[in-house]
Amino acid sequence: MAKTDTRINADYGVSPLQWLGVGVMGLFVLIPFYITVFGGFKTIGELRTRPFALPEHWDFTSFHAVMESGPFGQMMLNSLLISTLTVALTVLLASMAAFALVHIRFFGRDYLAAFFTVGLLFPVATAILPVFLLLRDIDLLNSAWGVILPQVAFGLAFAIMLFRTFFAELPKELIEAARMDRCGYLAIYWYVVLPLSLPIIATVGVFTFMTSWNSYLLPLVTLSSVDHYTWPLGIQQYQGAYSTDWPKLLALLTLTLAPAIVFFLFAQRYIIAGLTGGAVKG
Amino acid sequence: MTSSLSRSPATAFRGAGFKLPRGAALAVLLLPAFVLFAAFVILPILQAFRFSFFNWNGFGAPSEFVGLKNYATLIEQRHFATALTNTGFIIVVSLFLQLPLALWLALALYKSTRVAAAVRTLFFLPYMLAEVAAGLMWNFVYDGNYGIAHQIGALLGIDAPFVLGDATLVMPAIAVVLVWKYFGFHMMIYIAALQNIPDEMIEAARLDGASKWRIVRHVKLPMIRSAIAVTAFFAVTGSLQLFDLIVPLTNGGPNNASLTIVGFLYQFGVTRMRVGFGSAVSIVLFLICVVVALVYQRALKRMEA
Repeated sequence: MAKTDTRINADYGVSPLQWLGVGVMGLFVLIPFYITVFGGFKTIGELRTRPFALPEHWDFTSFHAVMESGPFGQMMLNSLLISTLTVALTVLLASMAAFALVHIRFFGRDYLAAFFTVGLLFPVATAILPVFLLLRDIDLLNSAWGVILPQVAFGLAFAIMLFRTFFAELPKELIEAARMDRCGYLAIYWYVVLPLSLPIIATVGVFTFMTSWNSYLLPLVTLSSVDHYTWPLGIQQYQGAYSTDWPKLLALLTLTLAPAIVFFLFAQRYIIAGLTGGAVKG
Repeated sequence: MTSSLSRSPATAFRGAGFKLPRGAALAVLLLPAFVLFAAFVILPILQAFRFSFFNWNGFGAPSEFVGLKNYATLIEQRHFATALTNTGFIIVVSLFLQLPLALWLALALYKSTRVAAAVRTLFFLPYMLAEVAAGLMWNFVYDGNYGIAHQIGALLGIDAPFVLGDATLVMPAIAVVLVWKYFGFHMMIYIAALQNIPDEMIEAARLDGASKWRIVRHVKLPMIRSAIAVTAFFAVTGSLQLFDLIVPLTNGGPNNASLTIVGFLYQFGVTRMRVGFGSAVSIVLFLICVVVALVYQRALKRMEA
């Protein structure tokens, strides 16, 4: 019984049934990845007859076809540009606003803080038509900035919340001492607070990047020409063009997901920090 | 000690003669975020509210005031009823299948061992993939001619059904993909909360002779109540926005059988540029989101009390 447990750990161990459940879920998660990655190297006939086996011959034609079919590289670059600028702007604007909201006393501060939290309430989809019309009227449809600006705006609420939590825990004496030295607020923000905020900048940055890199509805509504497409729109385009030519589609998936998975393995702890910092505490 | 830390920036700036008055500093820090947020978040939602009372195609000024007619049309729309039912179904699956599953796995994996950490990473991986890519992957899995569906059919000696083309099977099939994609996210939140439970509490309960599942029920679950509330909130709001994942799977088909609220908004509002009608859909979605947030806030308050 329980007595046989000799470890210091106070809790009960994990039962075989639980391990079985973990194993089943592991297969459930892995199999789609497995058949996707290897499917790209197979011919369509092999895909039908031997989907679970490793490819008989490692056939790169599907990968070449995807890489050479024009828009692929362009789409990845478009996404990279949009995501990078979205991250830079979100981090900058959110940290500046959060710094003012936490460390400067001014009239209406609490109302302004509440104003920004409203953004946590609803998704982009609820405002998509007016956003589209606004972008049309200021001539930003079908441009990277037309995706970046609304993305930053909708990311601000969450980012400001994370920055506020972090800034509130910085030692107050630090800011007061800088004030005593007749240091201006902008200098305090830039030279004192930001250098101490690298962990939260990483968290907000990684999280914003992921959201922007994967976002679909906003680019779908605002971008109309293929040379501006981001990669999720590109995937749609390819799905339409290749129909059920699965080896090509699977090769495309492998090519687009590989960088994301590498990024994930490095950045995962920042994503989790963002989730739990913003979620469990609130 | 702190003053020595702050001296260098201060002197650097005094040298540059750079010090804005407080009001100007506030403006520099706050205005960019404020303007962007007001222009692209607050203003659009107010506009959507106004547009929803007009019949308007987006050109010129909205002039044809129709009162609540867009909302009345919406209620009568069969496809909107489907969208609401489907979204409700997704919410139910998320809350009552996905969350318990995630919790069960979190209880098995929350300790910091190497194996547990590796499995956690694997389970969390689908969450960070783009919905569009995950949907396309699963479109292949479900393909009755090539995918896993085909293999299962071959094993059983039948022609595999095309589940995504079947009006009754399509939503359960989508729900499976949804669980695949998001259970790891919820599991991670539970794990973070479980790791915060002090060991002494569990040890004490065990010394009192409590069984494994009694400890879960009476110690662990109460300790992670707020994490459970958060995941429930995310599960509901996530389900309300579901769209990207479904596009590469079914694009709302067959015959609009897998429409969600946002899918309906896109299909019948955005693509046809029916700004007034689409805005009415937006406002309904907005109101649902607000109600969910209020319920969540109240639940949190009651927990703290």
